[in-house]
Amino acid sequence: MKADPAGVLTGVHFLDGDHACCEGALAAGACFAAGYPITPSTEVVERFAARIPKVGGTFIQMEDELASSIAIQGAVWGGAKAFTVTSGPGFSLMMEHIGYAVMTETPCVFVNVQRGGPSTGLPTLPAQSDMMQARWGSHGDYEVIALCPNSPQECFDLTITAFNLSEKYRVPVMFMMDECVGHMTEKVIIPPAEQIEIEPRRKTHKPHDAYKPYECNGDGSLVPEMAHAGEGYKFHVTGLTHDERGYPAMTVAAQQKLVGRLRDKISKAADDLLLVEQDNTADADVVVVTYGITSRVAQRGIDSARAKGLKVGKLRLKIVWPFPDQLIKKLSQRAKAFVVPELNLGQISREVERAAGGVKTVCVPHAGGGVHRPEDILKAIQEASR
Amino acid sequence: MAKGTVKIVVERCKACGFCVEFCPTKVLALSPAFNSKGYHPPHMVNPEKCSGCDLCGMYCPDFAIFGYKVGEKPAQKEAVHES
Amino acid sequence: MSEVDFECAECTNPVEPFLRSERMPHIWCPGCGIGTTVNCFTRALIDSKANLEKLVVVSGIGCTGRVAGYLKLDSFHTTHGRAIPFATGLKLANPKLTVVVYAGDGDLSAIGGNHLIHAARRNIDLKVICVNNLIYGMTGGQTAPTTPEHATTSTNPYGTFEPGFNLPHLVDAAGAVYVARWTTFHVRQVARSMQEAFKKKGFSFIEIISPCPTLYQRRNKMGDGLDAMKYYKQASKVKNGAPTGEVGLTKTGEIAVGKFVDRDRPDYRELMVHRFHESLGDEYVETGELVCS
Repeated sequence: MKADPAGVLTGVHFLDGDHACCEGALAAGACFAAGYPITPSTEVVERFAARIPKVGGTFIQMEDELASSIAIQGAVWGGAKAFTVTSGPGFSLMMEHIGYAVMTETPCVFVNVQRGGPSTGLPTLPAQSDMMQARWGSHGDYEVIALCPNSPQECFDLTITAFNLSEKYRVPVMFMMDECVGHMTEKVIIPPAEQIEIEPRRKTHKPHDAYKPYECNGDGSLVPEMAHAGEGYKFHVTGLTHDERGYPAMTVAAQQKLVGRLRDKISKAADDLLLVEQDNTADADVVVVTYGITSRVAQRGIDSARAKGLKVGKLRLKIVWPFPDQLIKKLSQRAKAFVVPELNLGQISREVERAAGGVKTVCVPHAGGGVHRPEDILKAIQEASR
Repeated sequence: MAKGTVKIVVERCKACGFCVEFCPTKVLALSPAFNSKGYHPPHMVNPEKCSGCDLCGMYCPDFAIFGYKVGEKPAQKEAVHES
Repeated sequence: MSEVDFECAECTNPVEPFLRSERMPHIWCPGCGIGTTVNCFTRALIDSKANLEKLVVVSGIGCTGRVAGYLKLDSFHTTHGRAIPFATGLKLANPKLTVVVYAGDGDLSAIGGNHLIHAARRNIDLKVICVNNLIYGMTGGQTAPTTPEHATTSTNPYGTFEPGFNLPHLVDAAGAVYVARWTTFHVRQVARSMQEAFKKKGFSFIEIISPCPTLYQRRNKMGDGLDAMKYYKQASKVKNGAPTGEVGLTKTGEIAVGKFVDRDRPDYRELMVHRFHESLGDEYVETGELVCS
């Protein structure tokens, strides 16, 4: 279906990434947000607080990130599309509710404008060091989806994608920005509403008596249909391991079945969840795997290397989780090496190394607070290609 | 003749004794019999005194007993306003 | 005559239509008072003729947290301490819902304490039912913020020495519009307070002192559930309108019960709508239910 024009600020704008993310959420139909102030993410909800009374919806500033990250889920079960926004320390506090959203299959979006950590770290400076936390931060086994934009335009575009994927798979989606992208101001083109595709909620239309909240339809989809509170279904939702009725089920079999399905509904959709940008990877000796702000720095390094005659390709991950194992595996059949620059001490590079099956993988680490120097990435490419 | 009576779901009872203790007309006592979990459920020892006040039902934490006035069908006191 | 009625199939317990009967028996211990509060709750629903399709129960974690799962209503068993913020989002997204938060003392006042005071401050239209058994039951009898001084718990084996919370005082100070306390002995009063809270717009808080025979009474040599009930009957004193600062609990002393607070002030939504109308005029798009596309 198409976007509701009410939230779509069609036109050409000059926006920073945080504001563009907010506009993406509004265009996607988000009508509820809860947040707690934290640099460098606050501008997203500040804009939402200003815009939403004129669009139709609610923003509430909660008492902390624990509250924000569960208030949005209450709103979702009440019928809204909802999201919350934070940065590292707040993201840490939200971990339990990422697990709750996974377990209860609550579609919602968590925006994390990453800054340097651990702990309070570098509030106003960038990092990409929450990438593994986005994947594994909550306890238990699970799969989520995470996206990484590298420009304000993508902050708009991919926020819509984030909402759409959360609705399609009924899973919390991590929108992993970074301080640079969040605070960078560029041209953002917002198309007319009729050009924006929106994934509708997977609502049930079953009769009240026939509805089981966690039963798959039998149509092959592993994603159950959803009811909202107040519709007469009188359903139960719990963070405990549950059966198809949503009732607690404390057995090995129930655990295996539920956790298995929660994994499979994402892992078996790997093809649908492949969103990358590839340049010159087909004949590359070295493939630079990159994401977020680092991809823009890496571009300089790649261009310099190609100017020197090196066969270097670029693989930019827009969806980082689930990780594109098969694509990396395919590229590894030809490439001699992968180079992975990232604003952390080695997170996604380990995934590349795992998927590359023995092909040399070079991490170009950076502890955060700034971005890489292009010459350092060039140097890593040169060394890797030897 | 008794104005009311009680109904007991013996298997739900955990013999806390609330219904026996707080019955205003002392209709109930714990039975010497056991249910399958080994609890002594209540039984009526003074049925003629039951007023059907349902205080036992209000107290019972296990939803195992309730009282009602004779001739009245409790479930048909329409509880549910479906819109 | 009564024989016939006794056997009649239609004669069902008034609580029964509200229960997910296939989940019975419940997990609560013999003599636990939580089930008694559920009786009161369902009687209040019947007597207030509540629209059950629009009534939602939100629980946290713990023994009382299990209430949501036993009620045949839209019900959410959330994370520990977070029933109130979940309910806040739910109520704001769909103001037509009556949202009841049904949780224990530890859930609401320890791990969820911050949410409790802020929801009261904002005057979110929630009906909070706090079953206070003075201890952590589900995890084995640890000290709660409500445990009276000198009571023995598994984490204060030599007696508690930290002062406990006086919950009515706390939520009164934070701004709740309706505050009452009863015990599980006061079944009719509990049901009446619940009905009053259903009618009240804003943050209502009903504390129900309830036995935990397995962990609180036993460890403190205070007998079983029935002994606790007898103590409630003997020690309770109705003090409607009492200053909440004077209703703190002790281990064996008087239990002040009654309706302490009943006042009116605009709830969060009213304040929000009023502000936006004032500031934005025609630009404000007032919404009822937030329905996602």
